[in-house]
Amino acid sequence: MITEEIIAPRVPAPAPTYLNAGHTLRSWLCTLDHKRIGLLYLFTITFFFVIAAVAAALMRWELLTPQPDLVTPDFYNRMFTLHGVLMVWFFLIPSIPTVLGNFILPLMLGARDVAFPRLNLASWYIFVAGGLMALYAIVAGGVDTGWTFYTPYSSTYSNGYVMMMAAGVFVAGFSSIFTGLNFIVTIHQLRAPGLTWFRLPLFVWSLYATSLILVLATPVLAITLLLIGLERLCGVGVFDPKLGGDPLLFQHLFWFYSHPAVYIMILPGMGVVSETIACFSRKRVFGYHVVAIASLAIAALGFLVWGHHMFVSSQSVYAGVVFSLLSFLVSVPSAIKVFNWTATLHRGSISFDTPLLYALGFIGLFTIGGLTGVFLATLPVDVRMHDTYFVIAHFHYVMVGGMVMGYLGGIHYWWPKISGRLYHEWTARVSALIVFIGFNLTFFPQFILGYLGMPRRVHMYAPEFQTLNVLSSAGASILGIGYILPLVYLTWSFFHGPKVSSNPWDATGLEWQTDSPPPEHNFAQIPVVTAEPYNYPPLA
Amino acid sequence: MSAVLGFSLFPSSPMNASSFTPRVEALLLALLVASGLLIGVLLVLNLYFLIRYRRGSSAPRPPLRIATWKFEAGWICGTTIGFLGFFFWGARIYLDMERPPANAYDVDVIGRQWMWDIRHADGRREFDTLHVPADQPVRLRMISEDVIHSFAVPAFSLKQDVVPGKQVMAWFEATRPGTYHLYCDQFCGTAHAEMAGEVVVMKPEDYAAWQASGSVNNEEAGHGAKLFVRYGCSGCHTPGSPVRAPSLVGLYGRLVPVENGQFVRADEQYLRDSIVLPQQHVVAGYAPIMPDFRGVISETDLLDLIDYLKSLGAKQPPPANMPTAPAAAPPMVPPPPAPSSAP
Repeated sequence: MITEEIIAPRVPAPAPTYLNAGHTLRSWLCTLDHKRIGLLYLFTITFFFVIAAVAAALMRWELLTPQPDLVTPDFYNRMFTLHGVLMVWFFLIPSIPTVLGNFILPLMLGARDVAFPRLNLASWYIFVAGGLMALYAIVAGGVDTGWTFYTPYSSTYSNGYVMMMAAGVFVAGFSSIFTGLNFIVTIHQLRAPGLTWFRLPLFVWSLYATSLILVLATPVLAITLLLIGLERLCGVGVFDPKLGGDPLLFQHLFWFYSHPAVYIMILPGMGVVSETIACFSRKRVFGYHVVAIASLAIAALGFLVWGHHMFVSSQSVYAGVVFSLLSFLVSVPSAIKVFNWTATLHRGSISFDTPLLYALGFIGLFTIGGLTGVFLATLPVDVRMHDTYFVIAHFHYVMVGGMVMGYLGGIHYWWPKISGRLYHEWTARVSALIVFIGFNLTFFPQFILGYLGMPRRVHMYAPEFQTLNVLSSAGASILGIGYILPLVYLTWSFFHGPKVSSNPWDATGLEWQTDSPPPEHNFAQIPVVTAEPYNYPPLA
Repeated sequence: MSAVLGFSLFPSSPMNASSFTPRVEALLLALLVASGLLIGVLLVLNLYFLIRYRRGSSAPRPPLRIATWKFEAGWICGTTIGFLGFFFWGARIYLDMERPPANAYDVDVIGRQWMWDIRHADGRREFDTLHVPADQPVRLRMISEDVIHSFAVPAFSLKQDVVPGKQVMAWFEATRPGTYHLYCDQFCGTAHAEMAGEVVVMKPEDYAAWQASGSVNNEEAGHGAKLFVRYGCSGCHTPGSPVRAPSLVGLYGRLVPVENGQFVRADEQYLRDSIVLPQQHVVAGYAPIMPDFRGVISETDLLDLIDYLKSLGAKQPPPANMPTAPAAAPPMVPPPPAPSSAP
């Protein structure tokens, strides 16, 4: 400290940024700055991601051989429940909205913060509280219901810490609701002068659609979990037929939340892809208006397709037919986005930086994930594939191939803005490739396993499935390396990377008009917007 | 139709073993081809654009002359129409999957943690193994005693969740003798992975021999009548009983007038509900005095009771739907040995 004070007068004072606005723990834990809260979320969800990934690694290890030889069935059941609950509610749902959304949204709008900074901080604390409850449930003995908590198994039969886990998810749900509410109000109220709705970047549109789902769907999950509590603790018959309840009622309520939640887990990723494709091809996104409206269409239609999780559940046959039709329709706006991204590349000036590589990976994997979703919307194919590894592969292509690629792409794209520094470009490109290869090797064999009929949520399987399972486990270890690398080189870059200018990518968008890293209040002067988004100079 | 579309993705694999599988596989193949084409087109376009328009290339980049909305309208309509085609194709097969043919014979399946308890109409009982004849539609009447299970035979494209408190149906017609995996596909607790077994499809004559061999529990036939007395049903529901309760003779299949002026068809679900939840449909003109038997009678006993009620006062004896060996079977053939695939 003393040396610093002596040297300090000789070097020019560092520009005031959000990072050096305070160095105490208190200055982080009590911050109202949306950028710092974004980083708090970044650490928190990375922590949960690591735990959930370790659970997945244990599962893939057990599945190397058909025999149950590594862990007990109960342990395995707890592992996949842990993996699902933590990945869905404590990583994927908060991932892009709470980290990149918190950090970038006010910057993109030309605002000094979100509409309710205190609520923003509260939502992080609530999230941590929910996470600690979930962790307690895991440490105390675990839960074996699967992340879907199907009744009457979860409400009457399961011996795990179901109530503690459900309470954790219940509490974390309020964090989702608060974040969604905050974003909706921010987008309505805090746009810079001249920033009309159709001048908003597509990332903002996707966050707006996501926030609508967060606010409208999450309460249904809360009600459902409360009803499980009523049945489990008070013996009120809601879901268990022995008590006069209806087990299918749970599935209707659960998927009424959880299907829209699937779109919470993909829409923000689509937003990131739109930003990076435009930036690295130097072009306005093709069909900007259609892509923007498609996000809202996905959010709206997403509420009407929950029954496609129940084609074999013994719901009405005609309900099945209607839900199948609606599920086909919800695929249309997603397909259109893929076409528009491809058309954006046409006559662009394409530079293969790491964020674009992730975006291209997203498009490829999401296309496969989306098309296999169409397979599953087709009634008799779903009857065949339901609850098999085909479904596992499908939703990992969407959520991991889509959302995690989008998340990593976004982290790399905005990393210079977040940290004020660059990462090592070639290391980043290679690790993006490793993620892509590892991902496909892990999950593509699972499509075939599902076709052959291997059920999900099993720790042992018929011997003929071994080859494909070994491939999948091998891929998982490559994927693991692909995830560890960014953790290492980004951490290194945060402290030692070369410093960058305010706009290293020459991108449009208000977030690039302020310093990297931004000052505490983002903009010395609120910018005035006079042009369309993505107004890159015409290419000769 | 199925002759035209009767092929399998892997014709040599044993995955193609029921009357539905060729139709499902044809649909699956069409989806694969359509997806493959779409992915191929996207891949070629993306690679072409990425290479041709890489930064620094000399490719000309004049502004587009065609209105954007024409592209948008084109691919919105194109994907919607394509998707609708697959929707109708799929819905057609699904509706057929839900309609068992009239000549299907019934097998009762009870799912319980962690076994499949299977009962044939002749009283034969199997656990985790189901023997069926080939080329004969089989209707499964299924219910769970505890949590939700799912009866899945991938080679038959067959899957149906088995739910507690509610009898559900599924049917199939196996086409190829052999032994096939039977799984529980819905997570049901600790030993979910071990709740698996096999379906043994036999040639009709082998099946007849299997039926004739081994022990058949003949008591099952009269079991329902005994239960009717044991659970006290007969105390009220016999003519001349001191308690006023509706007679059950000839009940099955009739329309029953209930309290609120409506009528309910006395099918199997009605019979089950009236035993376990008698307050649900109180017969018009009777007091709701019957105690509920929820959790008192096991699912196995319930099935016997329902069978007994169905046989009460039926106009003709219940049709013997059990398949028998074909009459044309040569008489001199010695009884075939039990198939090696049978456990």
